[in-house]
Amino acid sequence: MEMEMAKEMETSNIQIDLGNLTAFDPNHRFQSIPSNRDELVKECLNKGTELVQEIVNALFTLPTTEDIDGLIIKLPQPTTKLPREKPLPKPKLPTKWELFAQRKGIKNRKKDKVVFDKQTDTWKRRYGYDRVDDVTDIPIIEAKMTDEPGEDPFSKKDKEKKKRVGKQEKNRLQNLKQAAKVGALPSHVQLAAAGLPITGTHKELPKKMSKEELGDVAGMAAASTASGGKFDRKLPGEKPVKNRGKHRKFPPVVEGKGAGNQEKQQADKILKHLLSKDSHEILNVNKAINMTNLKGEKKRKRARKESFSTSSKLKSKKKTFKKSSNKGK
Amino acid sequence: MLKVKTPKNHRALRELEKHAPKLVENAKKTLILQGTKTSGVLKGLLAEIHHLKKGNSIRYTRKNDNIRPFESGGETSLEFFSLKTDCSLIVFASHSKKRPNNLVLGRTYDHHIYDLVEVGVDNFKPMESFLGDLKVSPILGSKPLFAFIGEGFENVEELKHLKEVLLELFRGEVVENLNLSGVDRVYVCTAVNSNTVFFTQCAVRGLKKSGTAAPRVELTEIGPSMDLVVRRHRLPNESLKKVAMKTALDRSKKKEKNILRDAVHGKLGKIYIPDQQIGGMTLTSDVKGLKRERREAKKNFPASKKTKLDSP
Repeated sequence: MEMEMAKEMETSNIQIDLGNLTAFDPNHRFQSIPSNRDELVKECLNKGTELVQEIVNALFTLPTTEDIDGLIIKLPQPTTKLPREKPLPKPKLPTKWELFAQRKGIKNRKKDKVVFDKQTDTWKRRYGYDRVDDVTDIPIIEAKMTDEPGEDPFSKKDKEKKKRVGKQEKNRLQNLKQAAKVGALPSHVQLAAAGLPITGTHKELPKKMSKEELGDVAGMAAASTASGGKFDRKLPGEKPVKNRGKHRKFPPVVEGKGAGNQEKQQADKILKHLLSKDSHEILNVNKAINMTNLKGEKKRKRARKESFSTSSKLKSKKKTFKKSSNKGK
Repeated sequence: MLKVKTPKNHRALRELEKHAPKLVENAKKTLILQGTKTSGVLKGLLAEIHHLKKGNSIRYTRKNDNIRPFESGGETSLEFFSLKTDCSLIVFASHSKKRPNNLVLGRTYDHHIYDLVEVGVDNFKPMESFLGDLKVSPILGSKPLFAFIGEGFENVEELKHLKEVLLELFRGEVVENLNLSGVDRVYVCTAVNSNTVFFTQCAVRGLKKSGTAAPRVELTEIGPSMDLVVRRHRLPNESLKKVAMKTALDRSKKKEKNILRDAVHGKLGKIYIPDQQIGGMTLTSDVKGLKRERREAKKNFPASKKTKLDSP
């Protein structure tokens, strides 16, 4: 059938692309271009009818299926090559774990979503809200021999969990960074410090200023006028410029009630804050040990130096003493 | 420090996935817009193109004073609009003394201009003017046929280019299965001379309808009909073309399993019922329909509903 079709096309020299339902007659030439528009249209339609007939004939040679809606024809792929709209998507990059698992031959096993909880004798979720073995459900954790005394086991478990979550988050970011390097970032993820458009292939666009940033710039510009922007004509909706650079206030030093007391209160507050913040770190043990060690070492050094300098004077004496003793033997 | 930004809701996620590059692409969307000055002819034409491509085109109606597709720097906002609307076909209309009734047809690749063809529109006849002698109107959005006539489409570079762009603009979605009753219109493009193309749309009517043999067809002009005079054109960069023409070569089709087709019964399917998974059963607390109040109410007055039903 295809052979026949090809033959037919050759004889009539009409190029047919059934995927796009197009027919092209490259050999047609007007004998004389009709000056009258109606005639031109008529001639074009005649030729068009011919071509459409060719397409329809070709369509009827294709395999068909009957449907309630009508006759359905299976079309081939288009032969006319047309450009893509966007580049080909890059395949997903395997994560570090996936690479490792592949190397070691580790395979994923499906786990049940719900697990039997022995403590409550019910079925519970493996992960998430109201899960099995949740720390918040257990009133008492039995102590073990290895436990450190004075440590809260609940907060310890909590900390460990937070650590695990943090580590996973770090790994995820690392994997995404690797993917971004190759340009295989998932379409919905954006890795950026600033507002880049997520669509397309991550093209950079100038960042729009926020309302506050614009206000800041306006304030800076206003500062250059003689009045510091005080008498500038305001735009509708423009807020008065924040006058910056005057934060320090000097309350009266003389003691008294109200404002007089303010200075003392301020100082108290700062002191209290400092003390309460570092109350447990007032003594830096490491530093203290270092200091004492250093001191001791210095002391010993000095002592050795002194002994060395004094012994040099006594050396000859010692030697003579030694020698004499030898002789005595 | 890098931050991972992901869409906050599922609707946004879906939208982003629509915009993402795909192995098998969906139909290209068209952006229809105009410059500072537009003639009545062009406005009518843009409206008709928008109508013909309904559902797959976006019409901008404001004036755009900084779009000059052929000049360097004049395509910036066009590319931005393409990115914003996710359109890769562009129809831009402008009217000036130097180039009256000017229509720029362009394509983008990765939201950058890929190629451009500029045509002047002459002898425009809108669809309305053909309404009188219309017997059957084609369905909106049906897959059109194309008839390209004339050696100009092969010999002249501009026309060859225009042919490809016109095909891309009007062909619609690539389909695998075609309903024969949906074959109802054809775009007839004739290369009249080396720079003019007569373009029109016709309705297709089969004179003899039978299941096996091909019917004889008849065309009736339904418009829009016009002459397109090619002015400027810009072909794609050779290296860019190479990249853009890449296709997914090994598009392995998924094997159809457990489906049989029978002449008598039609489509038949085989169903395997997997083992019942007790582990995946919903917990009692998961059932949203059973609110606590209602459950308690039921406990307290178990027959209240029944009596209500019985009373009338």
